[in-house]
Amino acid sequence: MSLPSSVPVSWFLVLAALLFAIGIAGALTRRNGIGIFLSIELMLNAVNVALVGYSRLLGERTGQIMVLFVMAVAAAEAAVGLGLFIAVYRQRRTIDVNRLNLMRW
Amino acid sequence: MEAAIFLLFAVIALGSALMVVTHKSPVYATMSLVVTLFSLAVMFVLLGAPFIGALQVLVYAGAIVVLFLFVLMLLNISKEEHQQEGQTVHRWVALLGAGAFVGLLVPLLYRATQGRNAGVLTEEFVSIRAFARDLFTRYLLQFEIVGLLLLVAVVAATVVARKPPAAPSGASGTESPVSEVEP
Amino acid sequence: MRPLDLLWLVPALPIAGAALNGLICLFWPKAPKATATLIGVGFPGVSMLVALAAIWQYLHGTNPAPFEQTLWSWTAGTFSIPIAFLLDPLSVVMLFIVTFVGFWIHVYSAGYMSHEPGYRRYFAYLNLFMGAMLLLILANNFLVMFVGWEGVGLCSYLLIGFYFDQSFPPQAGRKAFIVNRIGDFAFLVGMFALAAKYGTLTYSKIFPVVVGAPEALKEHYALGLTFAGFVALCFFIGAMGKSAQIPLYVWLPDAMAGPTPVSALIHAATMVTAGVYMVVRSNAIYQLAPEIGTFVAVIGAFTAILAASIGLVQNDIKKVLAYSTVSQLGYMFLAAGLGAYTAAVFHLGTHAFFKALLFLGSGSVIHSMGGEQDMRKMGGLRKYMPITFWTFALGTAAIAGVPGLAGFFSKDEILHNTAATGHWGLFAIGLFTAGLTAFYMVRAVAMTFFGKFRGTHDQEHHLHESPWVMTVPLLVLAAGAVGSGWVGIPELLGGGNTFHHFLSPVIADFSNRLPEHAAEQAEMAASTEWLLLIASVLAGLIGIGYAFKLYGRGEFGGAVWAKRFPAVYRLLDHKYWVDEIYDRLIIRPLGAFSRFLWKGFDDTIVDGSVRALAWATELTAEGGRLSTTGNVRSYALYFFLGVLGLFWWILR
Repeated sequence: MSLPSSVPVSWFLVLAALLFAIGIAGALTRRNGIGIFLSIELMLNAVNVALVGYSRLLGERTGQIMVLFVMAVAAAEAAVGLGLFIAVYRQRRTIDVNRLNLMRW
Repeated sequence: MEAAIFLLFAVIALGSALMVVTHKSPVYATMSLVVTLFSLAVMFVLLGAPFIGALQVLVYAGAIVVLFLFVLMLLNISKEEHQQEGQTVHRWVALLGAGAFVGLLVPLLYRATQGRNAGVLTEEFVSIRAFARDLFTRYLLQFEIVGLLLLVAVVAATVVARKPPAAPSGASGTESPVSEVEP
Repeated sequence: MRPLDLLWLVPALPIAGAALNGLICLFWPKAPKATATLIGVGFPGVSMLVALAAIWQYLHGTNPAPFEQTLWSWTAGTFSIPIAFLLDPLSVVMLFIVTFVGFWIHVYSAGYMSHEPGYRRYFAYLNLFMGAMLLLILANNFLVMFVGWEGVGLCSYLLIGFYFDQSFPPQAGRKAFIVNRIGDFAFLVGMFALAAKYGTLTYSKIFPVVVGAPEALKEHYALGLTFAGFVALCFFIGAMGKSAQIPLYVWLPDAMAGPTPVSALIHAATMVTAGVYMVVRSNAIYQLAPEIGTFVAVIGAFTAILAASIGLVQNDIKKVLAYSTVSQLGYMFLAAGLGAYTAAVFHLGTHAFFKALLFLGSGSVIHSMGGEQDMRKMGGLRKYMPITFWTFALGTAAIAGVPGLAGFFSKDEILHNTAATGHWGLFAIGLFTAGLTAFYMVRAVAMTFFGKFRGTHDQEHHLHESPWVMTVPLLVLAAGAVGSGWVGIPELLGGGNTFHHFLSPVIADFSNRLPEHAAEQAEMAASTEWLLLIASVLAGLIGIGYAFKLYGRGEFGGAVWAKRFPAVYRLLDHKYWVDEIYDRLIIRPLGAFSRFLWKGFDDTIVDGSVRALAWATELTAEGGRLSTTGNVRSYALYFFLGVLGLFWWILR
């Protein structure tokens, strides 16, 4: 079966770059811990798009398998990270990172 | 046709991504992330990776984001408080950095893919069977390691989020959702 | 076991006594006072007995050769220092003086210090001093001698500053220590020169080589001096410090701040004689450096007259005795410098007896006066303390050179030798000093014991003769002051000059190698000798008589002279302003220089560089601290900017 390929791969890559930048901006500006997490998920997804894009460009499936692993790691990260937030919330009644400043001098 | 689909979903993905990072309500932000993830699933399909697209919907949108929502409901987090004084510089530096990142990356990507076109998609490239064969032969070890990682993550999440056995503080949190899957 | 084999016990016992008393001080502070006395007096006593036995055996032994006892050797490469003791005629004399006089001063101290706090500490120091002094005189090499040398310096410092809760004694102690260090430094340099040339510091290895090859020492060495001259000069500078000669005598008068028995033991009888002993011990070298010998004699003569002239106007009884000591030491160096080594040691021995006696007598007076030392407030004490008076008077007669007493023989021996070697100028100084000595000593006796009591009523009521522990040493030493001169009665007076012959094996004999040395010992006509003898007796008698005339009735006859020559009186009263001159010339520039090094160099540059480093570190840390806001998002931003930078760097 012949599948369409009229969209240049570079478009996808540019899309990935933009998504990644949005993710960075979000991760750096959001104060809500969950918000930061969401932004990081965005960045991961941007990378996934890039990986699949290159996989398509090079005709090599390794990129897709990498995406699978990224998803697994993202799942693990979400589980542990959210667990951490719950623990922090129990202690401080907030997940505003501006108030989590125990690392201050 | 494909270009139209791409552009449509690219716009949706970017728009919802902006919602994710800007919306004050975490619940809305999370829901916007679901939209982004769906749009990216379409992208995967367009790139000839329908299996990845399916995983995207099932695992990401279906499991991970739902976990987020669970936690949000659990902690009952409302809107973010107003920005504090002195945070503007931080915001502008962050935005400028993100812009610079794009400015650096886009020409690079352009140059890297210039004059290179993807080949015609073959049945073999798209097939899940071939994907599975690769995964369970060439990448078997990595696959197993990732499985182990997930197990560790589950245990770790349980330990971290568990209510301390004899917490003297009045900060008695609600039961962690992950504690349900405690082995 | 022969007593000679126990020689090592002689210095070891007092040191052990010091250690024992020190340990009791530390660990058993409530120990009965009697233990301090028992240890403090008993150990030196046993040490004296051992010493006397060893001396007796040495003198009656069939073998007149020097006795050496090596305990062990300290070796560094090819250089070896034996920790060994030597008994030869010179150390026999010193050993007798130090243990005998020292022991009686210990006995006296038990009475004198009985009411003082720090009684045990005092005895610990005193014993340590005696041990160090014995080490000094018994050593068979210069290094062990130096150990004792430093030991007596240390003990001197400790004992002068014994009353450390007052302001002056610790200062005086420091002064003594520092002034001594100047001399010690030169002594060390001299030792280094000897060690470099001969590879050893043992007397019995150096001196025979020196005698065997005197020409080697006559070669030019350094500072325009021959080797012998260089070493002799260094040693003499060392002796200047220890034996209080110009210009390093300034510490001795101040050393009177210590308890009086200390003055007797250290600053009259033993420690200050270390320099004389050392010069006589190195006589082989001094004989090869006649120019340094003359220098020594001149310094000695000038010290003698300078100190004697200061002594004329002192009103503090101990100060008079202190300057007298300096003056008498000057005599000893006058003799030693002119090659009359036996005369120097002879005077050393007699002086030890009568000066210890005088100091102890003055201590008895001060004790009775309740600590008063100013002779203007005394007077008429003859009635109250007859034993002290008679012994003190005997000591005075001895030092003044009354015929038949100890000082007469030894001083005459020195003057005789000065004249015999043709140094008539020095002889005149010595003669005049003898008159001065007689004058100021009799003045002290007259002011203290004659006339009417001039102190307060309370003091008069308190006046008493001292207890027997103090008077017995006075009597014993008085016997010494009378009789110690009899061992050296010159041939002219029908004696055999036994002392001279006894010591002569110690004096290196160059007559075979250097004939011109033999020629110097020219014989004098008997009539000339009689003339000299009469002159010196006359000088003493004139001094005594004139002092009696001026002060005998308890009047201050000297005031006449003070009125007639106010400038001279002021000069003497201010001790020639020597302390002030040193202060302006040395201490203040040194202080200013030190302050410059402290403020200008150490504080600014050394400390400053360290502080600058600390300051820079702190500044950096302050800057870094500001970045450590504890805000995770800021960290994330820095992290991202870093990644961006790296990214740009890779892509550019």
